[in-house]
Amino acid sequence: MFRLEAGSGVPIYRQLVAQVQRDVMLGRLSPGERLPTVKEVVEALAVNPNTVVKAYGELEHAGLIVRRQGVGTFVAPSPPLPAVTAPPALLASLHRWVGRARQHGLSTEQIRALVALALDEPVARDTVRTDSRPGSTGAVASGGAA
Amino acid sequence: MTAALATDGLGHRYGRSRWALRACTLEVPAGRVVALVGPNGSGKSTLLHTAAGLLAPSEGSVHVAGAAPARSLARIGFVAQDAPLWPRLRVAEILEAGRHLNAHFDTPFARGRISQLEIAPRARVQTLSGGQRAQLALTMVLAKHPDLLLLDEPLANLDPVARREFLASMFAACTDSGATVVFSSHVVAELERICDHLIVLRDGRVSLVGDIDDLRESHRIVSGPQGWPEPRATPVICARDAAGRTTALLRCDPAAALGPGLDETLPTFDELVLGYLEQPSPDHQESVR
Repeated sequence: MFRLEAGSGVPIYRQLVAQVQRDVMLGRLSPGERLPTVKEVVEALAVNPNTVVKAYGELEHAGLIVRRQGVGTFVAPSPPLPAVTAPPALLASLHRWVGRARQHGLSTEQIRALVALALDEPVARDTVRTDSRPGSTGAVASGGAA
Repeated sequence: MTAALATDGLGHRYGRSRWALRACTLEVPAGRVVALVGPNGSGKSTLLHTAAGLLAPSEGSVHVAGAAPARSLARIGFVAQDAPLWPRLRVAEILEAGRHLNAHFDTPFARGRISQLEIAPRARVQTLSGGQRAQLALTMVLAKHPDLLLLDEPLANLDPVARREFLASMFAACTDSGATVVFSSHVVAELERICDHLIVLRDGRVSLVGDIDDLRESHRIVSGPQGWPEPRATPVICARDAAGRTTALLRCDPAAALGPGLDETLPTFDELVLGYLEQPSPDHQESVR
């Protein structure tokens, strides 16, 4: 169920947390549904178990999931994030918009930045990077950009 | 809690004057997965060999779970670079040797793991693929059920599929046992999903050590007009000019204000590690003077 975006700059445990939050909101995970065990996630993604433990810990702290000793990890019976029931037309037009943005050559991160802009929220520093700015963040890691 | 691995002023000298490792002081908490990163010749293998009890410190000390490595051998699993195994022996014979050479060796576990990996017990080691050989070497140390796994460049010669399978099965084993893992790598890519603790070595010295999330939060990538920052005025790790702007990796107090006209973000894992690997070496500066 999890997918990781390597090199996105978002720590992996944050990506796992965000995906569970999103899936609960979108109703892809229903209350009471069992989540994969730490070992199952580790084997599927080849990630460090501590990362998964940290993500589950954070989700449990947020009341989104409950862990039952020896039984497993489950979506909370009434998670604090209500499921979104979006009209299909709204979702379809959003899909079309994202498709157009990709045709313009925008990256996922750039699209996120635009959505955040539209929502009139301050852009989160560690999740959105606009590498198009001259001399911006990419330079140190890319090695020899100068 | 006692650190899984602790060194204090640890140094190792080959011959009379060639120091491979110096003034190495660090602590690895139990249960962590630690990447030991540095260029070739930076002391990674020397550190692993001293932790495994295979090299004696020339100065300082090393402790595994509070004891000298030589007293903790049954609790340490060490795989040297390129997973050396007797090439002409059969897989089953390697397992048999493991049973005789170790005080505690879980033969049923090892056999089970080999069959799960679909490695034929009658196959000779020299006929195995690189991935299978790495898995066999890992099986040999996991069968000791060690508290500390020391792996020298375990991923170096594995193709992407073998690499993924190796990591998935190693992590699955660690999920069950809670073992601490320290592994070296001279490749930075993909380490982020593998480790949660980092040691960067440069020229035999520790230049960075700590929990990865903490390290990222205590650093910033700051970009400003060219010529910024003033050399030596701020804790600059490394800086680079591009397109009329200077971008630098800084170690900083999260509360510190960096001034107007500067654009700051948290470093990605790769930016952090590469920044420290590119950091101008103080040793080299001294030798130039």
